[in-house]
Amino acid sequence: MKNYTLLDHTADIGVEVWGNTKEEALAATVEAMFDLIAANDSVAELEEKKIAVSGADTADMLINLLREALYLFHSKSWLCKTCEILEMEEEKITARLQGEPYDAKKHHLKMEIKAVTYHTLKIEKRDQGWRARVIFDV
Amino acid sequence: MSEIKMERLDENRVLIPQSGKMRVPGIIYANDKIFELLKSDESAKQVANVACLPGIVKYSLAMPDVHWGYGFPIGGVAAFDMDSGIISPGGVGYDINCGCRLMTTTLTLDDIKNKIDKLTTALYQGIPSGVGTKGFVKLSGKDQKKVLEEGSVWAVKNGFGQPEDLEATEDGGIMPGADSEQVSARAIERGKEQLGTLGSGNHFLEIELVQEIFDEKAAHVFGLQKGQIAVMIHSGSRGLGYQVCDDYLALMVKHAAQTGIELPDRQLACAYLKSTRGQNYLAAMACAANYAWANRQVLMQQTRQLFEKTLQLSPRDLAMRLVFDVCHNIAKIEAFDIDGKQKKLCVHRKGATRSYPAGHDALPARYKSVGQPVLIPGDMGTGSFVLAGQQKAMEETFGSACHGAGRVMSRTQATKASQGRSITQELAQKGVLVMASSKGTLKEEMPEAYKNLQDVVQVMHDAGIAKKVARLKAIACIKG
Repeated sequence: MKNYTLLDHTADIGVEVWGNTKEEALAATVEAMFDLIAANDSVAELEEKKIAVSGADTADMLINLLREALYLFHSKSWLCKTCEILEMEEEKITARLQGEPYDAKKHHLKMEIKAVTYHTLKIEKRDQGWRARVIFDV
Repeated sequence: MSEIKMERLDENRVLIPQSGKMRVPGIIYANDKIFELLKSDESAKQVANVACLPGIVKYSLAMPDVHWGYGFPIGGVAAFDMDSGIISPGGVGYDINCGCRLMTTTLTLDDIKNKIDKLTTALYQGIPSGVGTKGFVKLSGKDQKKVLEEGSVWAVKNGFGQPEDLEATEDGGIMPGADSEQVSARAIERGKEQLGTLGSGNHFLEIELVQEIFDEKAAHVFGLQKGQIAVMIHSGSRGLGYQVCDDYLALMVKHAAQTGIELPDRQLACAYLKSTRGQNYLAAMACAANYAWANRQVLMQQTRQLFEKTLQLSPRDLAMRLVFDVCHNIAKIEAFDIDGKQKKLCVHRKGATRSYPAGHDALPARYKSVGQPVLIPGDMGTGSFVLAGQQKAMEETFGSACHGAGRVMSRTQATKASQGRSITQELAQKGVLVMASSKGTLKEEMPEAYKNLQDVVQVMHDAGIAKKVARLKAIACIKG
């Protein structure tokens, strides 16, 4: 089952993502973004990449994490299947991404995500875990 | 639901009175139908948010194709004072200098009627479109830099087009002040293999037929005749532009606290025009704008060659001529009459087109008598309008008009609404052949997802911002 839903936004597309912990919500947002690019179940965990980012607050760190992850796709055509937050401090997070390079024979690219926006960005604690909301420019 | 107070100003405009932290009022160009739509989304609030930014002059504007963007609304126009004002990457958008160009040919529908399939297939195969495609232009490190600093001029120098093409491009296809040192290695990396690619989403290449002429004199000057085959290209600065926007947005968000500018939305992050960060963004943005112009110039030349080859015509027989190229995501330093004085301002157009009237210095000699061609593409089934800039645009909209129909349905809504339908077949019934690399894109871009183009254009015409010159019908369309 998917742990995110698509958000209606007139020009662009957004996701609302759930996680049991803050870390899980952040990691699941990375996975959701890649699921929009190419179906997550078509990607295998063949390689590992580490990303470390900083930011003024959790929301800012989330955007910077997504930015770095998206750059892996834009510069190296690399697709992520799973993401795990290894370390989380007040202004810094380290994440491990597992996935593989894009292969036209195996993967179908569904959508071009141009960028990650700050627009209506949210990461908050709810009764049952954490919720993150991000809008992408497509 | 919008909570912003709005009232009718006149039959073509809606006023958002100045309130709260707004420094100026907001004005949205809208007929009653568009006014109703405004009440159900957040774009009016975004117009009001932009009105809160430092140094904004006169009012925060939106054109009739306005819709909910991020930060600035799409269809937004705002001008800022050079001394006290700001520049905002979000006010330009990710796709810096996304724009359109229209080319005419000597062909009529009869000439290509039986060859539309063949021609569209050739274009679809010869013009890279869709996610992750690579362009056919391989750039050396030195050329990469030249593309960024010279734009279309580089393209023409390197065999992609003719000198006349430059004259028919806004600003001659080269934006001054471009400094490639201000563009990150990441942005350059993303742009390296994408020159000569159309992109995905709402980008397209369309074969169109001039269906109706509204203004004979202007149409004649623009070289448009009823029954003529034309081509419209809609594309931008690709990954390079997105990265430039993202890099500077990140930087400005990071330093937002330092500048002391209160932001209603982080996506509005900005820097003072006088500051180093503001100036650096302008120099980097100009590079992306130049890349976009070079891209459309290369795409046009490829289109010319594919037409000539497929239809076995000489360049002279086809005579594919550029009517004009306009950008619709940009910030430019332009001069306007403010309270009786000529003043330089930084005009942000996010999803808006420049619309200069007859006689303006920036126009090429051949269009001086009628005004600048304003190209307004519609949804896939509709085609486009060509308008001519009018004097009122200088007085009311900082020389700007709308840029398209504007979405009314979100992408998810459109996908849902098109479930179980074949958009390709529906368009074929309307006489439009569509080839797209993604069925998902076709659903998202279905005609009903957009406002009625006629309504949007009529508001601009009635308000005296840009007058209707010609309407073109889509015949074939390739999409990413």
